[in-house]
Amino acid sequence: MYSPTIILEALVNGLMLGAVYALIALGLTLIYGVLHIVNFAHGALLTVSMYLVWIGCEYFGLDPYVAILFVTPAMFAIGYFLQRLVIGPASRGSDNGILLVTLGLSIVIQNLLLAGFNSDTRTIVTDYAFGVIPLGPLLLSQPRVIGLAVSVVTAGLLWLVLNRTDIGKAIRAVAKEKLGASLVGIDVAHVYAMTFAIGTACLAIAGGLLMPSFYVSPTTGAAFVLVAFTIVVLGGMGSIPGALIGGLLIGVVEAASSLFLGDSLGQIGIFLIFILVLLFKPTGLFGAR
Amino acid sequence: MKTLTNSFSRRTVLKAGGAAATILAAPGLVRAQAPIVKIGLVQPITGAFAGDGDLARIGAEYAVKEINDAGGIKALGGAKIQLLIGDSRSNAEAGAQATEQLKTDGAVIVVGGFASGIAMTASQAAARYELPFIIDGAVSDGLMTRGLKSVFRFGPSFGASADVALKNLVAINDAAGKAAKTVAIVHEDGLLGSGLAKLMQQRLPPLGFQIVETISHPTPARDMSNVVLRLRSLNPDLIIPSMYFNEFVLLARTMQQQRVKPKGIYALFGGAASSYKFVSEFPDAAEGVMDVNHWGDPKNPTNAKLMEAVKATGKFYAYNTPINYSLIQIAAQAIEMAKSTESGALVEALAKNEFDSGVMPYGRTKFDATGQNVNALPLNTQVQGGDIKVVYPEQFAQSKPKFPANG
Repeated sequence: MYSPTIILEALVNGLMLGAVYALIALGLTLIYGVLHIVNFAHGALLTVSMYLVWIGCEYFGLDPYVAILFVTPAMFAIGYFLQRLVIGPASRGSDNGILLVTLGLSIVIQNLLLAGFNSDTRTIVTDYAFGVIPLGPLLLSQPRVIGLAVSVVTAGLLWLVLNRTDIGKAIRAVAKEKLGASLVGIDVAHVYAMTFAIGTACLAIAGGLLMPSFYVSPTTGAAFVLVAFTIVVLGGMGSIPGALIGGLLIGVVEAASSLFLGDSLGQIGIFLIFILVLLFKPTGLFGAR
Repeated sequence: MKTLTNSFSRRTVLKAGGAAATILAAPGLVRAQAPIVKIGLVQPITGAFAGDGDLARIGAEYAVKEINDAGGIKALGGAKIQLLIGDSRSNAEAGAQATEQLKTDGAVIVVGGFASGIAMTASQAAARYELPFIIDGAVSDGLMTRGLKSVFRFGPSFGASADVALKNLVAINDAAGKAAKTVAIVHEDGLLGSGLAKLMQQRLPPLGFQIVETISHPTPARDMSNVVLRLRSLNPDLIIPSMYFNEFVLLARTMQQQRVKPKGIYALFGGAASSYKFVSEFPDAAEGVMDVNHWGDPKNPTNAKLMEAVKATGKFYAYNTPINYSLIQIAAQAIEMAKSTESGALVEALAKNEFDSGVMPYGRTKFDATGQNVNALPLNTQVQGGDIKVVYPEQFAQSKPKFPANG
């Protein structure tokens, strides 16, 4: 049996890692909520943003957290034009089409990264990567604490954008009633692209938060995106608070079950919760539709 | 209209290129009088293992240049070696295709392989033509139990390496007054890690070690904090990791952050502890880590030259370079001895003779009836002072093992 300190530490670790999961899930859930597509390219785009952060550090000497400020607009633009120029036109309006296009896109991006950066793993060395914040008996990893804070703030900002701005209103209108929205003069194609862009920009922040303690190789994103999919369904597809709470919950559950069952079986905890939620509340924790 | 223009310009470019190639090749045609012997190298030049394939290529090319500069293959009238490179694209199917292509292009011996899965199919393809194939550092025991007459392995098998690793561990631990008594095994839950974990669970207790915990984790792992928390609460003397590079780096970094300092970290084919990339990026996390792995003989002056050659390309030296350098040397010796490039004669020469092992610490290379080099063995390396040092066995050691590492 573990001492209470160890258990508490594992749970806090889970909470902090869960916050970054949540951030990745936020983008995914937003895109699903509005475009009604499951974006299979999400993982590959996360990898792209991690590479951009790495490039910022390696070639421009930027701190990964500072790099976020540059990578976020870049990813926003990438997301916007991907939807506007590739996903939208190529899918020809069919949902199955979009699904396949995003899947194809993920393969193309992954292989472009492989061609450009080969399979070497890249890491960023920072002074604070090994820093810990002692909190009573706990040793909290500095990058993780920052990750938690930034994720929660980002979720709050996203909620504000959706609820307090014109583009937020337009996004919500399109999500609820596409035809109606276009009848009142909302440019649906633009709103789609904006949504995809915001979702992709979330990945830039996640990438910046991950890089100080993680590594990037062309397949890195996949490790995070599977868990993000789970969070999206768990929290209720398309729900922002759902993604945040779902992410934190999954992080804690994963930490607890890996501590007691081992990391290999730790995944069981995630999917057990997942199945239970689907059985008793199929719309997810915060799902309305 | 647009496509038409494009295809025109492409054709023009091709024409110009073709013309240029002819002009450039012409002097070569006039001079190409000396006979040529083609040796094939199958390595992952692209794909996930591209970095390893590239290091192997550097070693092989170095050997070819050395042999050619020294007058080529004397038994064949000073024939020059031409290295043909087959790209296994980091997967097993392409490994077989690349070997077929090398055969078609006229390779008389093929060497390489790298990963066990690729070595398996590539050597199988060679065996169909009875083309001699010498496997490099792919360790799977299954490679040499197939009864393929023309397939040889230069490096040690996994089983033999595990024996060496355990024997050396006991020796190092005894020399330190049995400093380590408790062991935690951390392994990835795939074939590689589980296999090693099982072996360690069987073999360590009779040697006087108490296994306090066996922790498995998935690949890729997103996080190692829970593994490290468990290690912190168990506080084992020795940690035996068995996982791929990325996970090992994550583990070592998390251990450093969480202030977990065991007396030793002892890996078998851990990669990371014999990786200059890891050492240069995370010197603090890497310090003191021990690994049992393929490694060039540090006392061989050519090994130092290979290290320089790798460094000159801006890459990090790893075992792929010395092992493939040595493979080309062995292939050349076999051709000298066979005085022929005919497959049957070469296979016979490889099976019957002893060879100089190039820069590998194998003494004389001698292939047994299964094709396994009986004198192959891995070395113990340790990260010391930001450098990788061979610490055991003594005849190859550059410095003494520092154990306990955090004493």
